[in-house]
Formats: sequence, C-alpha cells, structure tokens
Amino acid sequence: MKKQITVTINGTPHTVEVEPRMLLVHLIREKLSMTGTHIGCDTSSCGACTILINGKSAKSCTILAVQADGKEVTTVEGLATAEGLHPIQEGFKENHGLHCGFCTPGMMLRAVELLEKNPTPSEEEIRWGIAGNLCRCTGYNNIVKAIQYASAKMQGNELPSTEPEFV
Amino acid sequence: MIPEQFGYSAPSSLGEALSLLQEHGEDAKVLAGGHSLIPMMKLRFAAPTHLVDINNVPGMSYINEEDGKLKIGALAREVDLEDSELIRSKFPIFIDASKLIADPQVRNFGTVGGNIAHGDAANDHPAVMLALNAEVEITGPEGKRTVPIDEFFYGFYMTAVQQGEILTEISIPLPEGKFGCAYHKLERKVGDYATAGVAVALTVDESGTCTSAGIGLTNVNPVPLRASRSEEALVGSKLTDEDIARAAQFAAEDCSPSDDLRGDEDYKRHVVKVLTKRMIKKAIDRI
Repeated sequence: MKKQITVTINGTPHTVEVEPRMLLVHLIREKLSMTGTHIGCDTSSCGACTILINGKSAKSCTILAVQADGKEVTTVEGLATAEGLHPIQEGFKENHGLHCGFCTPGMMLRAVELLEKNPTPSEEEIRWGIAGNLCRCTGYNNIVKAIQYASAKMQGNELPSTEPEFV
Repeated sequence: MIPEQFGYSAPSSLGEALSLLQEHGEDAKVLAGGHSLIPMMKLRFAAPTHLVDINNVPGMSYINEEDGKLKIGALAREVDLEDSELIRSKFPIFIDASKLIADPQVRNFGTVGGNIAHGDAANDHPAVMLALNAEVEITGPEGKRTVPIDEFFYGFYMTAVQQGEILTEISIPLPEGKFGCAYHKLERKVGDYATAGVAVALTVDESGTCTSAGIGLTNVNPVPLRASRSEEALVGSKLTDEDIARAAQFAAEDCSPSDDLRGDEDYKRHVVKVLTKRMIKKAIDRI
C-alpha cells in the first residue's frame, strides 16, 4: 500500500506517494528526476549514492524513501548557489579531483559533512573520512587535495597550490 | 535491487511499536539503522511482510552513566559512540570497534542495538559486549526483562529477543579500580567483516594482579564466543608475557573458525592468537 510522504530536497518540499519498498535513491533519481545522485554498487559499499539527510551523509541505496518523510535532503544539485560553486565543487575542479566523475557527487556530499564536523582535517582524517566512497580513477590523491582546498577556502585560509604533483 | 513488498509503520512511542509488532505477528521486523536488514531485504534473503520503524520513538538514543552503569539506548548510532566524551574517556574499546565498522555513512545510521540484535557472529559489538559483561534489556508486551550477554546469542541470526519484543537498552557495569580495554579486527578492506576480531577488558589491583578479564571473539564461531579459558588464565596472574601467551593460545584453540574467502581455519586461529596477545597488551597499556 502506498504511503504519502513529504521530503524536502535542496530546499524544495516534494509530496509524493511511494511504495514502502521504494529506495530513497530511486525516489530521487526516477520519481523526481534528479540524476546527480548515482547508483554504483547498490549494496552500500561504494558511496556513489551518498546524500545528506538532515545534514548527515547517508547511502541512499540503503534507506527507504518512507524513512526520509519529513526530512531535509541535500543532493549534489543543491551544492552550488547563485553566487557560484560550493567550495568543495571548486576544490574538485581546481585539483582534478575527478576523472570519469561517477563517484564525485557522493564524494562531495560526504566531504561536506566531514568538513562540517571537522573544518580542518588532517590528510589521515580525510582518508578515513572518505573510506566509504570508492573512486576507481584518481587514486584518491587529488580528491584529498580537493577536500584540503575546500577546507582552506571555507576557513578563509591561504589556498593550497593546485599544481599537479609528479611522483 | 528492490525488496519484496511490505507494509510500513513509523510509530512515535515504544508502546505503539510493541502493539504493531503484536498485530503483525512473526513476519514483522523492527527497523532501526536498517544497514543490515535493508541489504538482506534487497537481496531477498529476508522478506518481512511488515516493518516497524522505531526511529521516531523518542528517548532511545542516549549514552550515559547511571546507577554505576554505562547505559546505551538501543537507537544510539555508531557515530554517537565516536562523539561521546564518556565513551572516549572510559571505554575506548568502543572507539576501536566503531572505527572499524563499515564506513562513516553507515555509522551515521547503524545502531549499537541493531548490531547486537541482528545476531550475527561477524558483527563487532557482540565480542565487545562479551568482554565488558553487558546486560541487554528487552521490552515486550509483558514489560521489561534483562538478559546477561552470555545468554543472549542463541545461534545464527538468533538471539534472546523473541517475537513481539524490542531490544531497548544495553548496560555495562562501570569498572572498579584500574581498568583497560581494547578491540581490533583484521579486515581485508574498509567495510569488510572481520577475518577475526578480539575484544579484551581487564582490571588489575594495586599490586598489578589481574582481578577480572573479559575476552570476546568475532567471527570465529557460529555465535559470538567468550574465550573463557583465556580469561581464567589471566585472572590472578601478574599478566606476564607467559600468561598472555598462554591466554592467546587458549583463544586460538577454543574458537571454531570456518574456511572461507577470508582464510582457512589454521590461518584464522593464528590471527586470533596474535590479536589476543596484542589486545591484552593494548588493554594493559591503557590501564
């Protein structure tokens, strides 16, 4: 039997009827046509479907849409504002933090919560912090740099060099 | 992957949750963090006909000290352990374990209560709770009852929580005197189940003699295992290298790991031996 729920996504409330078994990621992608949130492994391993629910990063392939009733959801579509890119998006752009881009929305949403809880993480803290997000292209170094860049930008600190390192 | 169809309720009180469980009978399941249950439902290993989502039940997420006990509400999340000053200062064993459970997103939702109520010997909290001599509070239509952790795990996915009941609290006696505890598991990669894991909790008196020892093992037995002979080997000892080696040897002998992708039986026994030794030493260092 379908349930009526109201989920606020990126500030806009959506009232929809869903089967209890509908996964949150399917609501976002298929019913509401916001395809920035990706489905990778579909087993809560890869983190491509990461979104924020009331500010907490979550794997939306392992949460039911009905569980998000009354909650505030943020997806990658909600990061940029009229003023421009979110610092984490700028960080990824400036540091070549993506190749194919499949993991990027999930990586960025995860990084947003990480920086919210720990505004100046060490490299090790960043690597533990993104342990639930898999990237098969970059080898993670530039993702770590992107998050360090965003941290500096959000703190108003001097921005780290975005010159590529040849190792 | 989409689960089979089911009904869903999100009650706002424990009483309501219990009546819903009564009403829907044996095919109803409690949904807490959902990070064990929903994957099983997606793979259709589990097909409950009704989910009772207890996430809206208020007052079940606490972590506090009361009546000489550490009390953890069933809805306390893994991340709440990591963020708790009380846990950080008195029970670092939970930080050891939580850091190795899945990944940050899963820990934002996964609950301590669910980790135990799932009844999986591969989960990490059961061994920790064995080492700490926890008690589990279970609430049912008849009221509350308390089950010692040693009587909680029955078998594969089977626990003392019966149909119509909800695990509501875990309580752990606050250690008296000098106390140290530690947990580690060997995992192949982030988010993997343990190849083997060992939890150790020790108290010692002023002379350095061990007065109590709790040792729990992860994923090397059909149910979470207490390494009783290892504990006995430590109590009354001065925790010398020989005593520690003997306790570690007993743990390796007394577990019954199975051959699987993570390694064969001999290898896992060896891992248990090494980890038991290391965790005893780490617990001593933390005293």
